[in-house]
Amino acid sequence: MAEIIQEDKHKGGKKRPKKHSTAIDMTPMVDLMCLLITFFMLTTAFAKPKVMEIALPEKIKKNEKVEPPKIAESRTLNIIMGPNDRVFWYPGKADPAALVPLKETNFSATGIRQVLLDRNRALFKKIEAFKSDVVAGKINIRQDSLQSAIRQLKKADDTGPIVLIKFYKTAKYKNFVDIIDEMSIVGIAIYIVTDIDWIEQNMVERALGIPLTSSAPSTAKK
Amino acid sequence: MPKIKIPHKTPHVDMTPMVDLFSLLLTFFMLTATMKPSEPAPVDTPFSISEKPTPDKNIMTITIAKDNRVFFNVDNGPDTILHFRPKILEEMGKRYNIVFTPQELRYFEKNSVPFGVNIKEFKAYLAAKENEKAKFEKGIPIDSTDNQMALWILFARQVNPSVQTLIKGDNDVDYPLVKKVLDILQDKNVNRFSLITSLQKVEVVEEAKK
Repeated sequence: MAEIIQEDKHKGGKKRPKKHSTAIDMTPMVDLMCLLITFFMLTTAFAKPKVMEIALPEKIKKNEKVEPPKIAESRTLNIIMGPNDRVFWYPGKADPAALVPLKETNFSATGIRQVLLDRNRALFKKIEAFKSDVVAGKINIRQDSLQSAIRQLKKADDTGPIVLIKFYKTAKYKNFVDIIDEMSIVGIAIYIVTDIDWIEQNMVERALGIPLTSSAPSTAKK
Repeated sequence: MPKIKIPHKTPHVDMTPMVDLFSLLLTFFMLTATMKPSEPAPVDTPFSISEKPTPDKNIMTITIAKDNRVFFNVDNGPDTILHFRPKILEEMGKRYNIVFTPQELRYFEKNSVPFGVNIKEFKAYLAAKENEKAKFEKGIPIDSTDNQMALWILFARQVNPSVQTLIKGDNDVDYPLVKKVLDILQDKNVNRFSLITSLQKVEVVEEAKK
């Protein structure tokens, strides 16, 4: 793009004062600007991290006696995060007498997501249909009311699973975020993060093939 | 074949409009750019599908680094008329019988970076040079014997009731530590938090259409 300044060639005739071109070579300037713009564009786009909102159930005070809420056993799904990104799950309630073997899965699209989706299909379909209606323009609502409409759908749902999320002591923070993220991907209406109990600890340890660390309910860790 | 002589012409592009546009864009991006604040410890945040951006005011951030150090920061955005940060530090100092000078409070207000410093070493930390600060960053004590994190949270919420809690944890932090931090928050009646994550789109699950 460099510019070559041509000198006027005048043969004979009148003598004019020599004309100096006022054009400046702007190429380096443009180069630099390009570079800077790219830099700033990239840094501004990626600088802002996202946040994921989560609410935990309120803690029960020590001197307060609250009946644990009754939930249907058939709808309950327990997910336990193990070490090394391993995911265990079992339906229903744990029986201390007979340790049910845990089913193992992982974080891939065909893993825990499929398990959850199988149980949450009705609600998931409803939400997806609603979303596509909005995109297609069949339903005309604003973006912020879309969220609350989905919340309403979740509230009205009474067939989906109630997911109890528990963590074995060697689980990582990544698993915590991943599993909650999985809940929002599949559109689970009710999920609770709770403490692991001694039965489940034993179940995980059996599945891992390591010696059991807690056995009696009297020494059960909270 | 006769040679065709191409007339010699200089390719001349007028770059002025281009430069105009570029400088405009450049100014725009430079002014809107928010520089990444320096962090005392590198933290790899996990991924999620959430698209909600981080709020930039009325926040307190609890950072959990890979080496199990816990950091704390309060940020009330660019609006500093309310002077939350010095007030919180003052309250904290009162609790531990440490009196911070106005200069120290002012310095603390101006430098909004996450800190993982024991309150007893805070004066030395504030006085230290920029490159010597790192040795004070041992993480805020969260044991039940000297739970300074709980007090920071308490005072941050007392001074600014509308503060939101953000948790920024590293991928490899053990869950029990996260649980401990969450327990401290819940003891202080904070039941809603936002976890800082990086965006990762997830392909729409097709299996649903079976």
